[in-house]
Formats: sequence, C-alpha cells, structure tokens
Amino acid sequence: MKKSTTNAAFYVPYGLWLALFVVAPVLLIIYQSFFDISGHFTLSNYATYFQSGTYILMTINSVVYAFIITAVTLLISYPTAYLLHYAKHKQLWLLLIILPTWINLLLKAYAFIGIFSQDGGVNGFLAMFGIAPKQFLFTDFSFILVASYIEIPFMILPIFNGIEELDQGYVNASRDLGAKGWQTFTRVILPLTMSGVKAGVQAVFIPSLSLFMLTRLIGGNRVITLGTAIEEHFLVTMNWGMGSTIGVVLIIAMFLIMFLTGERKRKGGRA
Amino acid sequence: MKKLMSMIVAILAVVAGLALWSANLKKTQGATGGNTLNFANWGDYIDPALIKKFEKQTGYHVNQETFDSNEAMYTKIQQGGTSYDLTVPSEYMVEKMIKANMLIPLDKSRLTGLKNFGSLYMNRSFDPGNKYSLPYFWGTLGIIYNDQYVKRSEVEHWDDLWNKKWRGDIMLIDSARDILGFSLVSMGKSMNTTNPTTLQLAKTKLDALSPNVKAVVADEIKMYMAEGEAPLAVDWSGEAADMMWDNSHLHYVVPTEGSNLWFDNFVIPKTAKHLKAVYAFLNFMNDPKNAAQNADYVGYSTPNDAALRRLPKKVQNDKQFYPDQDVIRRSEVYKDLAPKTVGLYNDLFLEFKMFRK
Amino acid sequence: MKKWKWSNLYLIFVFILLYVPIFYLVGYSFSAGDSMSNFHGFTWQHYLDLFADTRMIQIVVDTLLLALLSSLIATIVGTMGALAIHRTSRPVIKNTVLSMNNILMVSPDVIIGASFLIFFTALKVPLGFLSVLLSHIAFSIPIVVLMVLPKLKEMRQSMLDAARDLGSTTTQVLTHIIMPFITPGILSGFFMAFTYSLDDFAVTFFVTGNGFQTLAVEIYARARQGISLEINALSGVMFIFALLLVIGYYFIQQGAQTRKAKHKGGETL
Repeated sequence: MKKSTTNAAFYVPYGLWLALFVVAPVLLIIYQSFFDISGHFTLSNYATYFQSGTYILMTINSVVYAFIITAVTLLISYPTAYLLHYAKHKQLWLLLIILPTWINLLLKAYAFIGIFSQDGGVNGFLAMFGIAPKQFLFTDFSFILVASYIEIPFMILPIFNGIEELDQGYVNASRDLGAKGWQTFTRVILPLTMSGVKAGVQAVFIPSLSLFMLTRLIGGNRVITLGTAIEEHFLVTMNWGMGSTIGVVLIIAMFLIMFLTGERKRKGGRA
Repeated sequence: MKKLMSMIVAILAVVAGLALWSANLKKTQGATGGNTLNFANWGDYIDPALIKKFEKQTGYHVNQETFDSNEAMYTKIQQGGTSYDLTVPSEYMVEKMIKANMLIPLDKSRLTGLKNFGSLYMNRSFDPGNKYSLPYFWGTLGIIYNDQYVKRSEVEHWDDLWNKKWRGDIMLIDSARDILGFSLVSMGKSMNTTNPTTLQLAKTKLDALSPNVKAVVADEIKMYMAEGEAPLAVDWSGEAADMMWDNSHLHYVVPTEGSNLWFDNFVIPKTAKHLKAVYAFLNFMNDPKNAAQNADYVGYSTPNDAALRRLPKKVQNDKQFYPDQDVIRRSEVYKDLAPKTVGLYNDLFLEFKMFRK
Repeated sequence: MKKWKWSNLYLIFVFILLYVPIFYLVGYSFSAGDSMSNFHGFTWQHYLDLFADTRMIQIVVDTLLLALLSSLIATIVGTMGALAIHRTSRPVIKNTVLSMNNILMVSPDVIIGASFLIFFTALKVPLGFLSVLLSHIAFSIPIVVLMVLPKLKEMRQSMLDAARDLGSTTTQVLTHIIMPFITPGILSGFFMAFTYSLDDFAVTFFVTGNGFQTLAVEIYARARQGISLEINALSGVMFIFALLLVIGYYFIQQGAQTRKAKHKGGETL
C-alpha cells in the first residue's frame, strides 16, 4: 500500500510534465494536422503525404540514412565503449567523450566544412601525396560521417553504462568453461549488454530521422529528410498543417520502433 | 544520497553566482526597461557603432534581437508574447503583415529626412504611399561568378546556367520563390506567376538544371563562394557584396532578362510600446551621414540617395549594386501570393531538390 | 600485452576523430585572418575582441546559468519519473508512459519549438528567460529518464527485499540503497541534459523574447556573415574551461575514492 503512495508522489511532477509538455503539444500537433494552409478543416494533408511520391520517397530516404548513420555510429561506439570499460581512468575518458558535444553543433559543422572543402585539411593532406583535390562536401560520405560524428557520444554513453553493469563473473565463468574469446563475446557479453545497445540505438536512430541543419550545411540539400521538410513547412511555407502531419507520422514511427524493441526485449528475457 | 545533495547545493551556488554576474553585466550595458527600443533585426544587419552612437546621443537603450527568416519573425509577432518596437521584414512580408493588420501606420509628421530617399525605392506596390514602411536596404537577384573559371560573357542570361559546361558547378540559394522565379523569368514569365501549369513548366525546366547544381544552401553560400568551392552561384546582391569583399575574383551580374527587386523595410508592429524611441531611431537612421556609415558597414545597397552621394565614387558607380534604372524597371518586386500558391511554389521546389541525384 | 596495445590504438583513433574539428576550431582562433580557411599567422586579437564584448560575455553567462538550472531541475523530475516508471508493474501503462516519454526526443526541434510557442502564448507565459527555462527542462527530462531507467533495471530485487526484511523503511531503502546505486545514471542524465541545453538552437529560437538570448541563437544570428573568429576564440575558452573542470572534478573524486578501498577495475586484462 505504502509503495503505491510514494509511487504516486513520484508521478506528480513527472506526470505534470507529461501532461503539459508532451500530451498537450502532441494534441496540438494532431489538431493542426487537420488544417490546410488556408485554415480549413481537411484530411488533405494526410492524402498528400501518402499519395504524392515526394513524401513517400522522402520517408524512405530518411529511414535509409538514419539506418546507415545508426549502423556506423554503433560500429564505432560499441568497441569504444567496450575498450573504455577496461581502460584506466575510464570515467575521465568518458567525460572527455561527452566534452566535444558542448561545442555548438553549427560551429562543428563549420569546422567540418573547413576540413572537407576544396582547399581544406583533407585535400591538403591528399595533396602531399600528389592526389588532386576531391569533392567531399555535399556527398553522402561527408554527410554520413558528420552525422555519425555528432551522434557518437549519444551512443557510447548508454552502451558504456550497459557494459559497466555486466557482471565480470559471467565473462570469467564463460572463459573457465572453455569458451573462446569470440564465443564469450557473442554468447555472453553481447546479449547481456543488449539493453545498452538498444538505448543507444533509440537515442541515435530516432533523432537521425529528423536531422535538418546538417542536411543543408554538409549535404547541400542533396539529402532531404523528414526533418528538413518539417523545418520548411514551419519556418518557410508556414504550412503548419503539413508540417504537423509529418510530425504525426514521425511520432507514430517512434511508437512502432519502441514497440518493436520492447517485443524483442521480452523474448531475450525468456531465452 | 549525501553526495547527490551536496552536488545539488554546489550547482545551486554556481547558478546564484552566475545570476549575480549576469545582473551586473546587464547594469553595465544600461538596460533598465523604460527608455529602451526593442529592435528585431536580421543578424549583423546594422553597424554596432551606430547603435552605440544612437544610445549616446539620445539616451535610449537599444535591445536588439535577431531573427533569421521573415516567417519566423512573423510567427513570433503574430503569436504575441513579444514586444518589438521595430522590425525589418522583406517587402512581401510587409504586404502580408499589412493584410494581417499587424502594423502601425507611420506618422509622417514625426519623420525627418524622407526627401533623402530615391523615388525608385518609394511608393512600391507592397506598400503604396509608404503608409507603413520605410526602405532600409534593397537589392536584386543575380549570378555570382568567379573570373578564374567563368567569363562575364558566359553568364549574360539566365539560360546560360543550363550550359552543359557547368556540370556540378552552381550553388543555389535555398529559396523557393527565387529559384523558381529565375526559371520563370528565363521563360519570359512573371516572377509572380500564379498559374499552376506555368509553375509546373518552370519546375520541369529546373529539373534539367539539376546536373549543374552542386548544392542548395542558405547563408553559408557566401563562405563557400569566398573560398572558391564553386565557380557559380545564384544569390541576392547584398550577399554577393559580402562574398566579393572576401574574394576579389568574384563578380555579380543581373541577367539581361531582368530579375527580382527586393526591399528590406522598417515597420512598426502593433506590439510597439516605445514609439518615441522608434521615431528617434528612424530619424537617426535616415540621416545621410549615419545611413552612409551603415551602408558602408553592411555592404548592401542603400535607398537613401543623399547617403549614397556620401559613399566613395567607386561604390556609387558600381553597376553591380546600383544598376541602371532600366534594369531596375525590368525587375519585379515579389507580391504576397495566396497561401495556396506559396504552398505550390514550395512543393515544387521541394520536388526539385528531391529530384537531384 | 599485445591486445592492450591494439585497444589503446583504437581508442586513440576514436579520440582523434572526436577532437579533430574542435582542434580545428580552436586552432583558427589564433589565425590573423578572418575566416576558417588558410592560416594567416598567429594573433591573440580574437581573444581580446572576445573579452571586450560585454554582450557576448553576458550571453555566455546566461547560457551557462540556463543550462545548469534547467538540467538540475530536469534531473530531479526525470529521476522521480524513472523511479515511478520502474515501480509501475502493469506493462501496458509502463510502455505507454515510456513511449510518451520519448515523444520529445523524436520530435524535431522545430515542432517542439512551435508547439511550445503556441502553448506559452496561450497560457500567457511571457517569452524570455522563464519560457526558455521551462522548455529546456521539458526537453531534457526524457533523456534523464532514459539514463536512469537502465540502472534501476540492473538493481536486484533480492537486494531490496533483503533490506526490507532487515527492517528498513521505504524511505530508507530509497535513500540508502536505490539512490546510491543509480547515482551514476543520474549523473550521466545530468550531463546529457546539460549537453542538450547547451546545444539547443531551434526550440530556444522560438520561445525566447524580450532580449533573452542564448549562445546558440547568437551564433546562428552572427553566422549570417560567416562565423567570425571571435566565436572560435570563445569555443577555445569554453573548451579549455570545460576540460579543466572535467579533469579537476575527476581528480577530486579520485582522491576521495582512494581513501576508500580500491579494488574495482582490473586495468590489465
């Protein structure tokens, strides 16, 4: 009985936040999505979204890019988090990984522009080997690299936390039972750190769906994501209805992703 | 728990310290409330030295807030909650704000220096009789080229951009009306076209330009061009002036078919509370000496003819930024189009950007 | 021994990757030129400009104040939320709350900003420090919850039961067992919230007014004319400051820990 009352007390501020800053804005967005640009009630925004090839293509593009960015980030982050776990002064190193995120995103983007430009750092480096300047900016390569760069700390942190929780005893036991290093990793370490990986994937994949500033600065608008479209509808077209419609789609997509990762978790628990 | 508690206390102490520091800094800057002017301006669009001079001369404190798009500024004023006394929208936004009844008419009796403005820049369609607005800066849309790679004769016309020679060489400004606009002009149509079929044709023509387009970017275009990232760009004259300041190989052309003529204008939103300060500021800025200093700092074209005469001869005779009258006459000012048409422009532009592969 | 070397090499590589753009920024803060291309010789000028720029210093102070205060409040509310979610036994409610929790994380900043703006104006909250603070708290809470929850999940029920069997009250269990156990999660939550707040541009842009400006908004505004190297100098100062803070904090903590027993770790494998 007592438990439920304290629980209720914990829910008060958090629930207030949920109601005011999540439920209310979401309702507002759903409400907005039913109005066209002239302010008439309509379903046409949804019709436009699902019928015009433009938005479907954009959605596919966003998912593909977000998937690649998440995969790249994960590939770099998992070994980093894993090795950090065994490093000396690991808490310090971890803080040092978060530190670059305190420098403004736009500034880092400008630094990357400097690095990748025609007479920038990378091309200067290539020139030392007699290689002619290459076009790096506005390519998929640079976009994915910079986007992954931005997201890496947000992936490392949850994975690191997951690995920290791993009981070293399991690993030792597995070794003692004669498992090879790789077997220990795939059978013991990876499954036990999966919750961290999931948290990281959620923290990276979902925001990657709606990247906008980088698509223009680094991608030169060659990559158009749902985020770009929303930004345009809110800030340029002032077609808040259409922008909200895309927002609703994103929220539904998020629910789907949460649902899917939740499902897997239960299975993993039973296994 | 103890550790957490002591951390909370430490953080609160730091917060308190910062709050004191912040309050102190505010005091040294002279922001007290009553005698202020809340000015919503584009970033870096006024000489800071002039603000200091104005504050010293009149005793008002200028509280400057910046915005980066007409629409964002409009949204904030429309939603309320802001208290801007003065802002600087572009011409089509002035029209929109007039229609939305968001502006206070100018009291001409309180304004001085109106005769300094060139007649070409006054009494424009977006605000007949300048009932609500005074021009601040003006300019055109055109082509910027780098003379290391491009000859002037190669970019006389909008159609020259479609030349196969410029594969992956052109940077475009990320603006639906401007990009579809030049496509329309190149077809001999108006930049204010509302006919969906014509717009569709203009978009199809743009798709053919796609292989030549390197990127569609916003303000960054200046930096890219100055650093020689691309030989060609389509952008506004004011932005071109900034680029040319950094890179002497760059030049600006308004194609012979004509182009867009834009104005950024002072207007007083209904939220204004310090009208006295507003008029003091407008009169201060209309003063030829100050307007000239500002034009020199910002680098855009001034509509204040008396100020222009104070600028170096080289600037006055620069056909790139003060083109002949017939170029100005051939150019169109944007009208505030119906939301549906604006939507169509944007949808087509989005499709054009998506088309690029 | 061999393995140890390899892993270090990889970590060094990742760190170089993470820090290259930062060093690039800071490096150019000493360039006599006025843009981030081609180094033009050494100067302190941009730092002198920075320290003479009262407006900029004011904005930095306000930004830090906002970030600290908002992440502190967000951490408190978020931790309570995580505790509440953790104790909820019905999976349906739990999943629903969790999904709602994540909505703000997936929503593009522009939507959050616009909807908060409508919301604040409807409630007649004046735009300025208060509205920005509330927004920052709002969008930082979900990340705190996400950082704390896994820690709670790691906690063994048997541990809590044992404590209760030994006669601890609910409050005692909370303050003596749960809180110390999840402290690392709370700290990461705080750091992430702080990071989000420092980094945010779009939301602040919408909900600010009456002269309140944060660093990100100011940088975006100034970037219209290309970023001046004064901003690079600022990045340099903030970076060094943050670095000293982090290292200092670490060693103070380290000192405190060595006084206790030192057994966890296993540096060499």
